[in-house]
Amino acid sequence: MSMNRRQFLGLSGAAVAAATLAPGLRLIELAQARSPEEATTSLHRWGLLIDSSKCADGCTSCVSACADENGIQSHSRPATDAQWIRKVTLKDKQSGHVQTLPLMCQHCAEPPCVDVCPTGASFKRADGIVLVDKHICIGCRYCMMACPYKARSFIHEVTTGQKAHAPRGKGTVESCTLCVHKVDRGDGSTACADACKKEGHQAILFGDLKDPASEISKRLASQPSTQLRADLKLNTGVRYQGI
Amino acid sequence: MAHVQYLKIEGRSIGFLALLALLGALIAAGLGSALYMEHNGHWVTGMNNQVIWGIPHVFAVFLIVAASGALNVASIASVFNRQLYKPLARLSGLLAITLLAGGLAVLVLDLGRPERLIVAMSYYNFKSIFAWNIFLYTGFFAIVAVYLWMMFERRFNDYTKSVGMLAFLWRLTLTTGTGSIFGFLVARDAYDSALYAPMFIIMSFAYGLAIFVLVLFAATRWTGRPLGDVMVARLKNLLGVFVASVLYFVVAYHLTNLYMTGKHDVERFILLDGGVYTRLFWIGQILIGGVIPLVLLYSKLGRSRAMIALAAILVVVGGLAQMYVTIVGGQAFPISLFPGKEIINSSFYDGVVGKYTPSLPELLLGIGGIGLALGMTTFAIKVLPFLPQSLADADVDPHHKAA
Repeated sequence: MSMNRRQFLGLSGAAVAAATLAPGLRLIELAQARSPEEATTSLHRWGLLIDSSKCADGCTSCVSACADENGIQSHSRPATDAQWIRKVTLKDKQSGHVQTLPLMCQHCAEPPCVDVCPTGASFKRADGIVLVDKHICIGCRYCMMACPYKARSFIHEVTTGQKAHAPRGKGTVESCTLCVHKVDRGDGSTACADACKKEGHQAILFGDLKDPASEISKRLASQPSTQLRADLKLNTGVRYQGI
Repeated sequence: MAHVQYLKIEGRSIGFLALLALLGALIAAGLGSALYMEHNGHWVTGMNNQVIWGIPHVFAVFLIVAASGALNVASIASVFNRQLYKPLARLSGLLAITLLAGGLAVLVLDLGRPERLIVAMSYYNFKSIFAWNIFLYTGFFAIVAVYLWMMFERRFNDYTKSVGMLAFLWRLTLTTGTGSIFGFLVARDAYDSALYAPMFIIMSFAYGLAIFVLVLFAATRWTGRPLGDVMVARLKNLLGVFVASVLYFVVAYHLTNLYMTGKHDVERFILLDGGVYTRLFWIGQILIGGVIPLVLLYSKLGRSRAMIALAAILVVVGGLAQMYVTIVGGQAFPISLFPGKEIINSSFYDGVVGKYTPSLPELLLGIGGIGLALGMTTFAIKVLPFLPQSLADADVDPHHKAA
């Protein structure tokens, strides 16, 4: 077969166009199946319900499960080590009643950390999960000044043993991700909730606050619960019972 | 009044070179410290997850606040048309730029990721006061640079007033932005007050003028240029008014908090039993930074220039103490996570006073910022005619009669 220059150029152009467009068409097909590139949707709002009365004093299974799941390692320097979740023991000033509960990022609907972040690294997904984009966090720590729950940690030194699903970096700020990788995988739970269940306490329940059929929604609808610092009207995604 | 003559300084003396060498050494120490902290991570500093802004922020915010205040002398000349201050306007604009540069350098070098400055300049969240401040700071540099140009270039002198007005309004906005970094924080009891914006503005008047007076005294003395009593008396009285105004705002702030039962705990912490913060408040901020300077400036002691200079130094020292109490003290006081309940155990230091001891590298970084500001100033007055040849009474005061 002989081809003059014009035909050759025409065919080449068509081939280039096909090569350029084909992957795009393919991508659209893939996106129809649930893929990591698919945008999150505000049809869900993920949250936790924590029952303080079921939380056992001295038990820290949720804390160690979180550290294992997300690759958070201690440098034996508690003042600068990162803590995504911690156990807190409270005593009522009037009655003297003592209780214990886990505390983490409350995944506010109106997060102050997102308001103050100069670069937008601190952000809230459509499904209510509050995260830090480690690529554009400049480490100014203004979000830590603004968080009423002291939920965030600044990474004070080089991190080792990172998990692929939970990138971390010296000089940036991080906090509980609500196990976003598990949520996106469709696990329907978080590491802390799983660990608590395994211990037999069932103090932490994960679920979709916008799905009326979910267990978390049913319990919230039928039983009393509170938000921490409800006076700030941040509409937290993490709710508590028994305090 | 005769036309003001400005002259570059000769800048060849041993003293001048020694000064530059000293300031250069401070800058080098600051840079070295920043490198050390960034290389190792912030765990080598006194900062931690409880007190996240330490002494670098104290110096940085002090310098940024002082920068806008240093511009006041120029504003008084061009916006409020006080002829006496006109010969000082160029130095005033210069200090505004150099102090801001010093403060911002410290702020940026204390970031977790200072190399991502370009990210901060290209990704914006316009609800963040920090993001507004990036525009306010860069805009301030540009406007004051144009302002200085209008002053330097005789053809453009007529525009000095309008550009000066813009610069004045911009600097008020800038300090409002700086104060609001703290004023808009609802999470912490020591902050969350609209008073921070006006209080920071009046603080800037005092800090900026104190530094201006010190630089002016040093520059005229070391270059042998006359500085008359009329000028000195005006600056002295102005500084006194500003220092008294700062005290007024501090009283108003604490009285407001004392009236609110919910703020009693944080007031008790700062005013009574906060240890180092209480001492820094009463001895540093109030006594050294306020009461003693007022006595020095308004008593017979104020006739001595050495005493005026001492008062200005004390205003600077007191200002740093005030920033320490505000920034570090405000963070050290525990966040109220569970109102009505006491936190008796937490692995994350909840409910207890945050611990912070400044480390040497942090301190050197902060001082490096001062070195940078003064170094830039010293260099600039050698290469451009910022300083008037004479500030003798007869040269600055049209009504002056020789005794």
